[in-house]
Amino acid sequence: MKAKTIYLDNSATTKPYKEVMQTFMAVNEQYYANPASIHAMGVESNELLLRAREQVADILKTEAKNVLFTSGGTESNNTAIFGLARGNKHKGQHIITTEIEHPSVLESVKQLEKEGFEIEYLRVNKQGVISLDELKAKIRKDTVLVSIMHVNNEMGAIQPIFEAATIVHAESRAAFHVDAVQSFGKLPLSFNGEDGPDCITISGHKIHGFKGSGVLAFRKQMQWQPYALGGGQEFGLRSGTVAVPQAVALAKAARIAVETMQERAEKYRAWQQEIRAELAQFGDVVHILSSPACAAHILSFSVRDIKGEVLINAMQKHGVIVSTSSACSSKQTKTSHVVEALTIDEHYKKGVIRISFGAHVTAEDIAQFIQVIKKVLMELKGELLL
Amino acid sequence: MIWKEILIRYGELSTKGRNKMDFIRRLRENIRHAFADLGHLHIRTERDRMFIAIEDEAQMDALLAGLPKIFGIQSFSPVAACEKDMDAMKKLAITIMDTFKDEQLTFKVEVKRTDKTFPLDSHSIQREIGGHVLPQYQNLSVKVKHPDVELRVEVRHDSTYMMAQVIPGAGGMPVGSNGKSLLMLSGGIDSPVAGYLMMKRGVRLEAIHFFSPPYTSQNSLEKVKVLANELTKFGANIRLHVIPFTEIQVLIKEKVPSNVSMTTTRRMMLKVADKVREEIGALAIVTGESLGQVASQTLESLTAINAVTNTPILRPLISNDKLEIIDIAEKIGTYETSIQPFEDCCTIFTPASPKTKPKLEKVEHYESFSDFDELIERAVNNREVYIFPKKEQPKDKFADLL
Repeated sequence: MKAKTIYLDNSATTKPYKEVMQTFMAVNEQYYANPASIHAMGVESNELLLRAREQVADILKTEAKNVLFTSGGTESNNTAIFGLARGNKHKGQHIITTEIEHPSVLESVKQLEKEGFEIEYLRVNKQGVISLDELKAKIRKDTVLVSIMHVNNEMGAIQPIFEAATIVHAESRAAFHVDAVQSFGKLPLSFNGEDGPDCITISGHKIHGFKGSGVLAFRKQMQWQPYALGGGQEFGLRSGTVAVPQAVALAKAARIAVETMQERAEKYRAWQQEIRAELAQFGDVVHILSSPACAAHILSFSVRDIKGEVLINAMQKHGVIVSTSSACSSKQTKTSHVVEALTIDEHYKKGVIRISFGAHVTAEDIAQFIQVIKKVLMELKGELLL
Repeated sequence: MIWKEILIRYGELSTKGRNKMDFIRRLRENIRHAFADLGHLHIRTERDRMFIAIEDEAQMDALLAGLPKIFGIQSFSPVAACEKDMDAMKKLAITIMDTFKDEQLTFKVEVKRTDKTFPLDSHSIQREIGGHVLPQYQNLSVKVKHPDVELRVEVRHDSTYMMAQVIPGAGGMPVGSNGKSLLMLSGGIDSPVAGYLMMKRGVRLEAIHFFSPPYTSQNSLEKVKVLANELTKFGANIRLHVIPFTEIQVLIKEKVPSNVSMTTTRRMMLKVADKVREEIGALAIVTGESLGQVASQTLESLTAINAVTNTPILRPLISNDKLEIIDIAEKIGTYETSIQPFEDCCTIFTPASPKTKPKLEKVEHYESFSDFDELIERAVNNREVYIFPKKEQPKDKFADLL
């Protein structure tokens, strides 16, 4: 009999909640009209879209008119970075980001560099965290955009975004964008009045919603150059017929995520401690990349001189699904830029694997995972451990 | 929570002699009405000011957000309270003065000691608190005459009360203190603004809208309902009378030459409005007309249209530029709704070249061949009336989806 699959790759994507799938079906059945149409059906789906917008706005503490629905985290990041940088070019051409951002941020700023922008990257320490002093030193009067991710996708480091926001707002006129794809629904996050970020990226499929849905939200209306051009939907900022079912599903997933956040965080924290304790028994065979201060739902570790791919395959044989450091870069053979940034010992660079928890993971799954990882480590590294 | 009450200073009505108590009572009722969803508010009125007791943060937030919209309030101040203890009072003074930490300001402390058993006299309290606050804020300097900020401390029998912030109100007079008028509400930018300005002068409004199905859609009517509802945020109920106007418009199109049909249409609307006004006991009709804005708003047109009635027609926007009107519309939050692109009954059947200088005699002559009065009677009788704000929320059909 095939054992139950234990899915521990929730930072790559999650399984949608049942309720969210029901919403998606129901909206497609009943409110499929184009929300921009002026007939009664269009008006109705527009009303529903507005409600979804309001729900997301309430969670983030902004107004509905500042919430754009997009096709996902990558589009939100691209839209924010191109829109804010190009729209504020007259104020300056200096951009600050970090060396451990998601590729959708890094590739966007590289493109802007070709257009004449000057890009500076904040380094991270061994815990994967930026230094606020470095931000203070690098920020200038002509900085127009600062983009810092809230939680890193490869090892879960939490960046001090609220402290960073204070610096950005005090020292420059720059817009402060936060990629919150990995943190939304896991850590408290909102625009926090005047002291928070200006712009936040959220992805639907990381919070048990759907792939192909995301949000880009603003604290207030901003100087902006639209990135997707066309029919002027989403207040002219993101053209393209709005995917109402995706938007409503995302709003529902976001509500459930925020409502259950506390309870899940406690669970994840306990599991993480349990696994850390087990891995500690393997001494220097296992190196844990995620510092104890990291987000509770991500734990990255590396096995000395073993390729990540080998570990993943070995664990998969026992029904446990984990990932190399990130799903996006897992097919590439070179070491990820995040792992490089952490400056860890060569012996541990190739074997980074990431486990990430989600709402459907159970305590039994974790117990099973621990059994499997121990078994796999004994198989691969037994001779060193005996 | 440090907040205890909100002090409200009356606007112009402080000067209104014998009717003053009426005005105050009206203002109190309007406040109660505007914040009905907060439950019963404890409001204490005095000759020159009014106090609303605060029970929790949520109530405070709602009042701070809503009070600037209520007419008849010159300004208001959140009042904090603490124990009658010098340390607590100093601490509270700092919390309050934190509001001003970003501006260069002059200030003074003003103390009133109602509770004469309090060990320190007012002069000593003033010195103690001033001496405690001043060194903590670089931006503050003392000025005894006309300071920017006055930190007022009152030691009463139950507690010590303190306030400093003075938030400007909407001014004007309490809605309802200057009678009732009927607003012609089209769904455009101007008429909600006209309604707002009359409300500011204390006029209670009902609204009338002309609806021509199937040429105008349900959407255009919904838009007008939203606008009527928006206007209720300034402190009063509004009844909206929706007139079925198709029949009259069709007859005009058939019987009146197209270059004066617009004038006739306006005249018929005004006739209908005047009948409704009489029924509801309103004294005047309010329109959003602005001189020269469109063909129907030239002096000649206004004269020809106005000839159907002796009722005062109030046109608060008559001398305003379009851009000034848009500014107000944006400020009061009706602009976004007004610019939604739905046909209203004025934009359908619009002639290619309406006369900007219609002659009254000619218009009357063309109209004389048809019996409009019967149709007008029917339209008035068949009107639908909606009351805003909507009391009960309709069942939320989207709740399960979200």
